[in-house]
Amino acid sequence: MADTATTSGKTEVWRTRAVVRRSTRAWRVRGSAAVVLVLVLAVLLVPPFAQLDQQAVDLTAKLRPPSWAHPFGTDDVGRDLLLRCVYGLRVSLLVGVVAAVVATVVGTAVGALAGALGGWPDRLLMRLVDVFASVPHLLLGIFIVAMFRPGVWPVVVSVALTHWLSTARIVRAEVLSLRSRPYVDAAISGGASRHRVAVRHLLPGVLPQAGLAAVLMVPHAVWHESALSFLGLGLPTHQASLGTLVQSARGSLLAGDWWPTLFPGLCAVVATLAIAGLAGAWRERLNPRRRSELML
Amino acid sequence: MLELRDVTAGYDRRAPVVRGVSLTVRVGEAVGLLGPSGCGKSTLARVAALLHRPDAGQVVLDGEPAAGWRHRAPRAQRTSFGVVFQQPRLSADPRLPLARLIAEPLRANGRPVDAVPELAETVGLTADLLGRRPHEVSDGQLQRACLARALALRPRWLVCDEMTAMLDASTTAALVGVVEAYRRESGAGLLAVGHDRVLLERWCDRTVGWAELTSA
Repeated sequence: MADTATTSGKTEVWRTRAVVRRSTRAWRVRGSAAVVLVLVLAVLLVPPFAQLDQQAVDLTAKLRPPSWAHPFGTDDVGRDLLLRCVYGLRVSLLVGVVAAVVATVVGTAVGALAGALGGWPDRLLMRLVDVFASVPHLLLGIFIVAMFRPGVWPVVVSVALTHWLSTARIVRAEVLSLRSRPYVDAAISGGASRHRVAVRHLLPGVLPQAGLAAVLMVPHAVWHESALSFLGLGLPTHQASLGTLVQSARGSLLAGDWWPTLFPGLCAVVATLAIAGLAGAWRERLNPRRRSELML
Repeated sequence: MLELRDVTAGYDRRAPVVRGVSLTVRVGEAVGLLGPSGCGKSTLARVAALLHRPDAGQVVLDGEPAAGWRHRAPRAQRTSFGVVFQQPRLSADPRLPLARLIAEPLRANGRPVDAVPELAETVGLTADLLGRRPHEVSDGQLQRACLARALALRPRWLVCDEMTAMLDASTTAALVGVVEAYRRESGAGLLAVGHDRVLLERWCDRTVGWAELTSA
């Protein structure tokens, strides 16, 4: 047995670390929340209220480095990059959120059906998931976008159809684990129908996990939109999105003009990190073991 | 009368946990089933309550063979069993307050839920506990609620699978008292599974050891 002095010393070290960890966690959450709030307000309020034309071309002011008049600089036809970034983020976030929600709904439906039905429907659905998962998802995404005219909706469909797989797996595993709990047995013994067990006992158990998966997917979907647009397959080049901005700035980067590439890229990084930070906090709340640690 | 005839059951057809077991619970009889941990007695209890499909054998309720298992069992057959499990934490949906927990079988069958206060009183739960969720009450209080839920539909048989294994002596005595009071009033049969010989021999009319069941 350790003597009292070392034991108390260890306790103190542990406490200090816990306090530090908790406060950095709190600041990370607050910082992420503030950034997300600012970005959401910007993309919601600037386009309708600011009397500015993001497409306004000013060839006399092309490729100006960042200044007070143009904080993010201007692009190769003299459009203000700060305004373009706000509009780009608006499109990227819209694509990200819609694609993540669609992917989560599809994934939850497939996973819940597979888990709740079991037997051959389960095997069939999971093999379907395996088939989708066996193709690199960016390749599959490119294939889907290539079938349509460039625009927002093909990108949403492409990202959603390639990203429901992990949600389906998570939800199925969760349903399987819930289904074998004695409280489901008790409900069956109490005369509950399949529908009642699914709606009252299984679905409420998986929804928090599915919601978390949706939020975690938003940044990923934003990146996918950017990747597709960067490859010239996503949105048409005149429509500002973070991907198209970086793509159209490629030429000027080689000429030494760094700002048209840096700022849209930075926007994507900041937005995704902030959303991921919030999702991480949510995950910590959901995980009961972590939560009990926090309470102690 | 509840009869289990030549029941073989398990989770893998090649290695059944229960092999060719027959057991009868006569009308109003209390049968204790004694056995070491992991021998398969809980599986047998789940088969008896129509919650687990056996690989072979039959369960006969008052001369009528069980028509299916789990959801495939007709509602009238399923609900003629009140089941209480060993771990109240796992047998209670964590989202439901105790009043909802007790009312769940009534709601599932479209019956009025005004019997809940009376059920709660029977098992000794005070009104202030009924609004709490499972994580806000003790194991004993939660197990009382689970017993009330099992009694809600006035079952003809009670299946208590290690009902008191997690509880202290006074709660054990109280719960056994509730079960016995219900049986006196309704004439229900009881299958009590456990490994506490002293308790089962005091509680039940007849105690069967796992060894005699499987060798016979």
